[in-house]
Amino acid sequence: MSTPAKPRMPVESGVPDAFQFMHPLLKKNYGQWRWHDRPRPGVLHHVARSGDQVWTVRAGTQRQMDVFSVRTLCDIADRHADGYVRFTIRSNIEFMVAEQAKVPALIAALEAAGFPVGGTGNSVRMISHTQGWLHCDIPGTDASGVVKALMDELHEEFIHERMPNRVGITTSCCEINCGGQGDIAVNIQHTKPPKINHDLVANVCERPAVVARCPVAAIRPAVVNGKPTLEVDERKCICCGACYAPCPPMQINDPEYTKIAIWVGGKHSNARSRPTFHKLVVAGLPNNPPRWPEVADAVKKILRTYQGDARDWERIGEWIERIGWPRFFELTGLPFTSYHFDNWRGGRASLNASTHIRHSAGGGRP
Amino acid sequence: MSAKTPQTPLLDQLEKGPWPSFVAGLKRLAAAQDKPYAGMMKHLLGQLERSYETKRGYWKGGTVGVIGYGGGVIPRFTELRGKDGKPEFPEAAEFHTLRIMPAPGMHYTTDALRRLCDVWEKHGSGLITLHGQSGDIMFQGCSSRNVQPCFDELNEMGYDLGGAGPAVRTSMSCVGHARCEHSCYDEIRAHTQIINAFVDDIHRPALPYKFKFKFSGCPNDCMNAIQRADMAVIGTWRDDIEIDQREVRQFVALRGRQAVIDNVVTRCPTRSVSLEEDDSLTIDNRNCVRCMHCINVMTKALSPGKDRGVTILLGGKRTLKIGDLFGTVIVPFMKLETDADFARLHELAQNIIGFFAENALEHERTGEMIERIGFANFLEAVGLDPDPSMLLHPRTNPYVRTDGWDEEARKWNARHGAPSAQEDR
Repeated sequence: MSTPAKPRMPVESGVPDAFQFMHPLLKKNYGQWRWHDRPRPGVLHHVARSGDQVWTVRAGTQRQMDVFSVRTLCDIADRHADGYVRFTIRSNIEFMVAEQAKVPALIAALEAAGFPVGGTGNSVRMISHTQGWLHCDIPGTDASGVVKALMDELHEEFIHERMPNRVGITTSCCEINCGGQGDIAVNIQHTKPPKINHDLVANVCERPAVVARCPVAAIRPAVVNGKPTLEVDERKCICCGACYAPCPPMQINDPEYTKIAIWVGGKHSNARSRPTFHKLVVAGLPNNPPRWPEVADAVKKILRTYQGDARDWERIGEWIERIGWPRFFELTGLPFTSYHFDNWRGGRASLNASTHIRHSAGGGRP
Repeated sequence: MSAKTPQTPLLDQLEKGPWPSFVAGLKRLAAAQDKPYAGMMKHLLGQLERSYETKRGYWKGGTVGVIGYGGGVIPRFTELRGKDGKPEFPEAAEFHTLRIMPAPGMHYTTDALRRLCDVWEKHGSGLITLHGQSGDIMFQGCSSRNVQPCFDELNEMGYDLGGAGPAVRTSMSCVGHARCEHSCYDEIRAHTQIINAFVDDIHRPALPYKFKFKFSGCPNDCMNAIQRADMAVIGTWRDDIEIDQREVRQFVALRGRQAVIDNVVTRCPTRSVSLEEDDSLTIDNRNCVRCMHCINVMTKALSPGKDRGVTILLGGKRTLKIGDLFGTVIVPFMKLETDADFARLHELAQNIIGFFAENALEHERTGEMIERIGFANFLEAVGLDPDPSMLLHPRTNPYVRTDGWDEEARKWNARHGAPSAQEDR
């Protein structure tokens, strides 16, 4: 036998140089942009101090892309743009061109290939989402499927700019909420404690680490059928699923009791108001693949109410801040329950410590 | 044995509709008979269809990596096995993800994207997520055997693995300087320099838990840094908003006074904007909180000031374990222009990560650590001076021991000039 070849050690190069991939006009005017406007939904027009102009066409993608889709987008970039693209945080692709005359053919090519042009200005943006059943080890649902079904319904709002302000929707397949904060967030909410396979716990789980992971100290060591295992105090358990990742025999996902909740009013920008977290408005929706129609109905109800009642530039959270939560529940027709009160640490800060109340008998509005 | 194409009546319903379909993409890959991954993708469709039937996930983690690194690959092994323990969909029984860091700002030439596709067709499933929530290119669907050769080839092309587990994670920065007039610092330089200085902590997970940097060029915070980053570096400015009064008048002429009053003046959170009788705009810059709203609306007339830099916030995270936390201000303003400025940012990050590594509990994020040990203790530990911009209001509760007050007041006066010293002038 020959001596084994010395293994190749990685070149610890970190992130690649961005300038090698950057559109020449962007590189030339780096840090020297002056203003922008939006000639139409899906198109941004930036003007540099030098007088150079660049048009950006933004299109939605399916995020989880096959190489054929990626190559189709490359073909479009080569034929109609200048061979350069970039991606946004919400998995949109952007094509940059130096001449406005190139924009219509670029848009036509994208639309012909099935990539909607939009997602700019006061539109419903592409939903930012997580892995789901396709790849996650603890998913309660399939983010890609929920997103595809929802974006089919909201497609018209992606390609138009007719919301009071932008609407960023997110989805998450468990309560860890990798999808992040959203104007509207569609997140898994478990409703029953984990089902424990006591035969496997001792072999699979590092028990002290699992005990430590529980946010409410509901997990304790136990012995079942002579085997060391863990048990859950079901009166304390908040069904968050935090134990499931370090201990897969503590199965939290359930075809019936894993539900979907909708949260509203998250905002990451500092514009006008400080950033906010999203707040629970609907829970108990069924996890109903392949098209989750109950989720789409609830999201559309909230969106339409916002669209009809909010003032220009109000994000969903700012709109509700102005009209008050009683009016939000009244306008949307969504039920208000005891579950809307926060009993987590610091929850008291979300109660109304004043006599500021909008009484419904208060008559008409201007 | 070539895999059979499974029946997928549930997934098929996600092929229709106007939005691009990931299912159609999976099927294209499964149908590519001349490609090495066709069988894997048929079986992947089989397992995914089962998830749609039973509403259960069927992946578990494990240990897969590349030589020299301790993280960056997300191992996935199927749990869908028959009574004999054999996988029901053997060709997709291993479906690991390689997290690869893209260039800051996620710029690509088509040539670069095509070459990534070529490598991935040779070694993997042909399925690429552009991009994951941490900002990585997610090459999803690689067998254990192919992880090393795939990484080697990508690494030779100049790409490197991203972070996973209790490590410094892959970062994200906005388009910024490359195409945005709101950009207040060189995001690409900050992102590249900071992340490449911490590659050891990215590739060899040894921290208490994850640590995320995010870089946004202005307070619009397009990278969601305040909500999601342990260390958020956000562009801002100290001097006056730049006003082009000619453009202001054109804007007023175009939209009308009412629209400007309703959408700009009264939307200012600190009531610092006035529309004058002659249709010019005045701004009380001393009271402006740099929220960006008026600049967002009047892109041609208003711009951030010239004395630009960053605000740094620390401790943002999502739910696990103590609930959501925003990042909060630890550096109200610092310049980020010269080599020395960037060195200072790096040094601050090093101090913070060093303190985090030494003092956080296992699985505790920076925000949780600070809540446990107290914000003032954290500031002292990393060598930052207290500043009233770090809070919304001073404490309301008297349960605090204040016998060090005189010393702290002396430090403040030394930094800001004692009132008596000012009177002497």
